[in-house]
Amino acid sequence: MKYMLLIYADQSNLPDYSPEERLASVQEWSALMTEMKTAGIVLGNDGLAPAVDATSVRFRDGKALIADGPFAETHEQLGGYIMLECKDLDEALSWAVRLPGAKFGTIEVRPVNTYTQARDAAVARKA
Amino acid sequence: MTAAAQIETTFRAEHGRVLAALISQLGDFTLAEDALQDALVNALESWPTSGVPRNPGAWLTTVARRRAIDRLRRTSNRETDSDILDTFAADEEETEMESIPDDRLKLMFTCCHPSLPLEGQVALTLHTLGGLSTAEIARAFLVPVPTMAQRLARARAKIHNAGIPYRVPPADLLPERLDALLAVIYLIFNEGYVTTSGDVSMRSDLCVEAVRLCRLLVDLLPDSAEARGLLALMLLHDSRRETRLDKAGNLVLLDDQDRSRWDRAKINEGVTILDDALLLYAPGPYQVQAAISALHAEAVTPDATDWHQIAALYGTLAMMIPSPVIEVNRAVAVAMAGSPADGLSLLHRIKGVEKFYPYHAARADLLRRTHQREAAADAYEQALALCGNSAERAYLQRQLNDMLNLNS
Repeated sequence: MKYMLLIYADQSNLPDYSPEERLASVQEWSALMTEMKTAGIVLGNDGLAPAVDATSVRFRDGKALIADGPFAETHEQLGGYIMLECKDLDEALSWAVRLPGAKFGTIEVRPVNTYTQARDAAVARKA
Repeated sequence: MTAAAQIETTFRAEHGRVLAALISQLGDFTLAEDALQDALVNALESWPTSGVPRNPGAWLTTVARRRAIDRLRRTSNRETDSDILDTFAADEEETEMESIPDDRLKLMFTCCHPSLPLEGQVALTLHTLGGLSTAEIARAFLVPVPTMAQRLARARAKIHNAGIPYRVPPADLLPERLDALLAVIYLIFNEGYVTTSGDVSMRSDLCVEAVRLCRLLVDLLPDSAEARGLLALMLLHDSRRETRLDKAGNLVLLDDQDRSRWDRAKINEGVTILDDALLLYAPGPYQVQAAISALHAEAVTPDATDWHQIAALYGTLAMMIPSPVIEVNRAVAVAMAGSPADGLSLLHRIKGVEKFYPYHAARADLLRRTHQREAAADAYEQALALCGNSAERAYLQRQLNDMLNLNS
């Protein structure tokens, strides 16, 4: 199954790392990414620009409404994602818990609906 | 036993085992449940005339498997389905239950997966392993039937959609997942034991069901000392069930309970199981709580209670699960063991219990016993302001009146 690991953190309150700690954190991230890529399960990953750089778009009553900022003003904001192919939820959770971001932020693990799954669900509903 | 009651009992007894096996074979939680439901309907139609089969579990498994094939044929002809159909055609006639592996442990861990909401875990465990109907679970938890049906449906859907595995967790995950499983069983027990609202018989059913689930867990996971500890704890608590409420439904304090009416068989069984657990040398909070409960159960009169041991056990428990509530109990036990002044100074060192009435009640009692009447009266008043239980309130009010010399 595909799982999206959504990495949330409070961007105004990130850990106050010393240069050595920052380097250690970067190394921890890159070692883990290498490990996941070697395991052949990474389908995609990126970090996101800070939430202040986000723009939110809605279309209501025939009009586009453009607003500055993220979908919701919360303390913890989406900062990046990793898309994984795992055999089950426990495998996805075992990677999520090892992400350095899990130590100060929150990792949300969301199953990704593939076309086949959506079709299965539709068939099940009709039955 | 009437035929209907016998069928009902058989369903309850066989439900978990049959469903667990079906999920393994079908690889689909919902299909397995639907197929078993079909088989139960068949049984309700045929058993009253043909009688309950010699091996009802095997009968239900075979029929459910056929119904699952019917359902798969009806809904679609996907590749995966024809794979399953091929597998089934081969062993469709198998009817010996002994040859079907017992997968109930997998089912337990799946139902109690931490990614499911707690109330969903509880409902699903009672439904799948306990064989309780949606209506029965709804009644036990005082929610409308459609609400409970939806809760079950959502949990079932999440197992499928989120890819929650159907397995016994590997060794590195087992301890934390087992803790979660034990917590669900204890929650089911407490829902029946502690709450005083709702249908009385349904509530005691929850206690029975929790004990039954835990017995099963001990059978399936005999090396878990804490599973045995929890079973012992529930049996020991349950031994006092008949005496802990008066006829009006009010709580009766431990000291005031009629100890001759405590269930000796349950006490003896609880103590034996606790002894077995302790021999596994893997101490844990359920075993410690069971040991405390056993010391109360074995005291013929309140005065005969071994408070020294209980105080020491609360000390151990506080180290395992740091909690101000446990610290309060420990201070009370120390005082009961003969040192009210020590108990009082322990109490005064506990933080974060200002809203917890047993803290003020305990403080009041110890101030009274150390002859500080004004401070005691004050503490009784604080306890009364926070306490909602009528038996406790009556006791606190009596003590307060006494401190204020209103009784003389």
